[in-house]
Formats: sequence, structure tokens, C-alpha cells
Amino acid sequence: MKKIVVIQSTAVPFPHENVDTDQIIPARFLKTISREGFGAKLFYDWRYNKNGSENAEFVLNNPIHTGEILLAGHNFGCGSSREHAAWALLDYGFSVVISSFFADIFHGNALNNGLLPLQVSGKILSTLFEEIKINPKLQFTVDIKKQIFICPEIGIAESFDINPYKKICLMNGYDDIDYLLSMKKRITNFEKTHKVMSKIES
Amino acid sequence: MKAKTLFDKIWDNHVVYQKKEYPAVLYIDTHLIHEVTSPQAFTALKKRGISLFRKEQTFATADHNVPTYDQHLPIKELLSRKQVDMLIQNCKENHIKLFGLGHPFQGIVHVIGPELGITQPGTTIVCGDSHTSTHGAFGSIAFGIGTSEIEQVFATQTILQNKPKTMKIEINGKLEKGVCAKDIILYIILHIGVGGATGHFVEYTGSTIHSLSMEERMTICNMSIEMGARGGLIAPDKTTFTYIKGREFAPKGKKWDSAIKKWKKLISDKDAQYDKTVEFNAKDISPMITYGTNPGMGIAITGNIPQNASQKALSYMNLTKGQKMIGQKINYVFIGSCTNSRIEDLRVVAKAVKGRRKCPSVTAFIVPGSKQVEQQAIKEGLDRIFKNAGFELRQPGCSACIAMNEDKIPSGKYCVSTSNRNFEGRQGPGSRTFLASPLTAAVAALTGKITDPRKYI
Repeated sequence: MKKIVVIQSTAVPFPHENVDTDQIIPARFLKTISREGFGAKLFYDWRYNKNGSENAEFVLNNPIHTGEILLAGHNFGCGSSREHAAWALLDYGFSVVISSFFADIFHGNALNNGLLPLQVSGKILSTLFEEIKINPKLQFTVDIKKQIFICPEIGIAESFDINPYKKICLMNGYDDIDYLLSMKKRITNFEKTHKVMSKIES
Repeated sequence: MKAKTLFDKIWDNHVVYQKKEYPAVLYIDTHLIHEVTSPQAFTALKKRGISLFRKEQTFATADHNVPTYDQHLPIKELLSRKQVDMLIQNCKENHIKLFGLGHPFQGIVHVIGPELGITQPGTTIVCGDSHTSTHGAFGSIAFGIGTSEIEQVFATQTILQNKPKTMKIEINGKLEKGVCAKDIILYIILHIGVGGATGHFVEYTGSTIHSLSMEERMTICNMSIEMGARGGLIAPDKTTFTYIKGREFAPKGKKWDSAIKKWKKLISDKDAQYDKTVEFNAKDISPMITYGTNPGMGIAITGNIPQNASQKALSYMNLTKGQKMIGQKINYVFIGSCTNSRIEDLRVVAKAVKGRRKCPSVTAFIVPGSKQVEQQAIKEGLDRIFKNAGFELRQPGCSACIAMNEDKIPSGKYCVSTSNRNFEGRQGPGSRTFLASPLTAAVAALTGKITDPRKYI
């Protein structure tokens, strides 16, 4: 996993609520056996017209809006558990998704891949959408070590929460497997006494 | 001792290690896998040079992108075939039990787990699919995971998880005739909202819930994720035990007796505290239908689309605010998915369409949840009833719920679907989905429009 510590970037506004993972990456693109290349299909059905041409109204097709930060509406990533949604966002070039609320599975998948889901209040989110509308070139800094999100130009300096363990993972590029493998002995010991309600037998 | 919820009891019984401020190392009893979300986990495992830790606790099936006809022939769609072949190869290399195409136990992962007795009370069950919550109907902690987490379970039979909060949803009273389990859950989601249970694990309780069959309980737990819940469970009772008894992987003989003794203790303590509690009355629930592009956008079938409905959703659906849903023309009816493709669902449909004929302009197809459901339907003669009514009975798989195979609803067409998601493009690019119960879907196929099913029973 790639380390992330400080991200300085403009943000891409995507102010839609309840965006499900079927919108982030439609199911028909999941028929692959690798983790790569999903960025080209990110938000496919919103990004392209039925004839395959670019939908000029979609934010990713608007050259004014670029950057590593996706500014997303409330309850981002609901629905299917497909990790491909996190892979697609990363592959496209996003490192951070800012929203006022994330769906659980997406939140976990993002962290497991080094994509930071940064939760802010609904009020801050609205302010950000408004300010970006006025100035799409606003520069934001996300500092994972200090757990702070700033944009001096509009007077924003917000702290954000992150699980202390996940913070270490992101800053060092560790993934959960390394930690769990170090638990192997504990797991084997647990199994000796674990009362599986009934061992499944064929 | 502090009173505990059923969720707390099962959770605590599975925590291998908990370091302060870290997520818990949670032991997983049963791991279910399928062709779409597992290949990358197998590849990553291989790359690390790690072998599968507990193969006997892992079960596989091919369901998401398998065709629903001519399953005896090689899969025509090359990418789908490659994924299914990859699953076969990975299972072979890792000695995992696979119920693949052609196997008498093949089917949708959340249908076959319970059907084979693999799903058992008090256990932890994960699968790379958000509808894993289905298995909670048996009093288990079951939830969907991502591919990185599949890899964790492959490598260690554990997963790193933060403990969710608990939420109790209690429903009491008697349901009106014509109201199905699907209507209950669509009603709950309407009231709680699509993100209203995020961060929570739900326990469904109350007299209405405990009067339901296992199939009905599975329909309810299945859609817990649609309100954001990590999962949903129901304390096991006599109905649960009767369902499990004698199934392929269920405990037998003395082991059965001791299992029952343990399972009977799987209830929340009387004074257990939940982080959130919501109550509903069964008599307030009518047959439901969705009008929009998430499962929370539902109404009683006799209702009008609300004035505050999302304009974006209505534009996609080509519907208008205030419009009545009754009488809305439809083009397709899909009976299937891990929500409603079990034998009981097929019986409900058969009863409604017996001796009747579908509307000529409607394409109606039924995709059974598993080979066993398919065979049972044939044994009971339901296939003939469907045929005479103009409904096509296909072969098992996820089919038009996720539209990864050939079963797609064409752009702009309306489909009454017994599946779980009406997201934009879910049933194929441009498809428009109305979620409903199997009864409501069957009746819509007969009339060609959305119809109050109570008039047909």
C-alpha cells in the first residue's frame, strides 16, 4: 500500500447524496481478475453518454475541476461491498474523499487501500461546495499526521478523526494482513478453546 | 454481570484479541466466496507466499455472472467464463469446497448457505458481498466484506473490525393479508432511511418477526444493508431449528442435541441496552413499491409519489411528483435474487398466477436461487404453472439483480423486481426498477401495470 501523509491539492466537487458503489463502478466492469485499470471506468454511466462520448456536464469532464481530493455528498459509497469502488477512485488519481457521511463497507475498503475517507460536518461540506463554485482552484492541505484539514484562503482549519491504528497504517503504507499475521499464535490458541457452536461437517 | 444483546454475546465470543484503540481481531467461523470479489484476494495471497489458513471453513459457489440458461454448456461471455474458471482453479489449488455450475448445490451464495445448513446460529459468517446480512436470520453475525478483507480471512481466519453499535427494530402485531416480508423491510427502510442504520448492527424482534418463516426472515435480514446497517440478526427459535435440522452440513445425532442446547441460549438479555431502538406496528404496513433510485424511495402501493421526492431520481425513472403508482405500466417482471428466490417465494408466485396468463406486453422470468430450489419447484409442478402463465423459469444465479450476465433490462424499460436495489443502471444501463414483493411482482406481470396485489388473493 502507498504511504499517504500530507496531500496538497485542489478538490473536485461532486455534490450528490447517497452515491452508491454501483454508480462509482458499475457491476459490468467487475469481470476482471486484477485490481488495476478501474479508473477508466470510474462513474462510467454518469461520465459518458449512451453513445460512449463524454458527458460534458459531468464534473470529471470539466477541465476546471481537477485534483486528488473528491468532495462528495452525504452517505457516499452505500450499497454493494465491491472494493473495486475504492480501487477505481485511487486508480483515477484520488487520494482523499471528503464527505459528511460514509457508508461502512466503503469506508473500510478505502482505508484498506490507502484512500482517506475524511468526514466533516454537513455545514463545512456545504461551505466547501459553495467556495469551490466561486474558486475551483482553491488549494487544500490534508495532514494525516496532524489530523488537520486546512484551506487558509477561506479560513478553514478543521481537525478530523481517524482510528489511531489506521493512521499508522496510512502513514507507513501498512495493511491489515501484516498485523493479523503477527497474531497467528493468538489465533491458533483461540481456536483451541473457541466454542464454534457446532463445527461444520460434511 | 452487565446485560448483553445477542449481538454482543456472539461478538464477544469471537474476539481473539483487542488492543486498546485498535479494531478487534474477530474470528470468522464461516467464509463464503464467489467468482467476482475473490480472484484478487487469491492473487494477493499467492504473491505474499501465504497459504489458505482454514480451507474447511471456506465454501465457494459461482453465482454473480453465470448465465441462467444452458448452464451445461461453456459460458459464452468470455470475461465471465474467465472469472468462473479462475474460481474453479483457485478452489482446486486451495482445496476449497466448490458448488460450481453443474453441481446439485450450486446457487446464489446467500441461498445455498442456509439451504445446506452451513449457516448456523451463534456463528460469524463473512462473504465478499454486502447481502451477507441474509444469514443473520439464523442468529449469526454475518456481514459483507471487501476483497482486502477476504484476503485477511484467507490468511488468518480473522478480520480486523471495529465493533458496530446496536440497534433494535421491534415489530409487533399481525400482518394484513397480501403483505409480505419484502413489504416489511421496504417499509422499515422508508422510515429509517438509506443511511439511518449505518454503523449499527440491527436485531429484529417482536411478535411479527418471530411469526415469520425462515425464508421471510432471510428477506428482511438481507436488506439490512440497504439502510446502511452492518448486518441484521434475529434470535433463533423453534422455526430456526426446524429449518436447519437434517440439512447437509447441519449437526447430526448427539451433536445436534448439544447444538440445540447452545442455540437456545442465543437471546438478548432482558435488560440489554441498544444504542438505538425503533418500533413499528404490523398493521401499519401495506404492500410496498419503490418509485426512485434507492431502496429508501418507497411508498405504500396505493400511495402517490411524494412532493419532496428527489428530482434527479424521478427524471431517471421518468415519473412525476404526486403521481399514483397504481396503474403505472411496466415491461418486465423479474422474480429472483438473494432477497426473494427461495422455494417459498416461488410458491407465492405460483399461487398468484395459477390458471392465469401474463399480460402479452410483459416479459416475466423467474430465476431460482439455487439448483435445489429449481429442482423442488419442478417436483411440486410449479414449472408447469409458470409455463402456462407465460413465465419463463430459468437456471440459478444472481441474474438481473446485478445484470453481470446476459439478463439485463433494456434502457428506459420498467421492471418490477423482487431484488434488493433500484440504483441507476443496476439491472442494466438505463434500466428502471420498481422493487416489490414476489406477490406484487407476479400480479404486475398479469396486469401489465402496478396493481394492488390484495385484490388478487
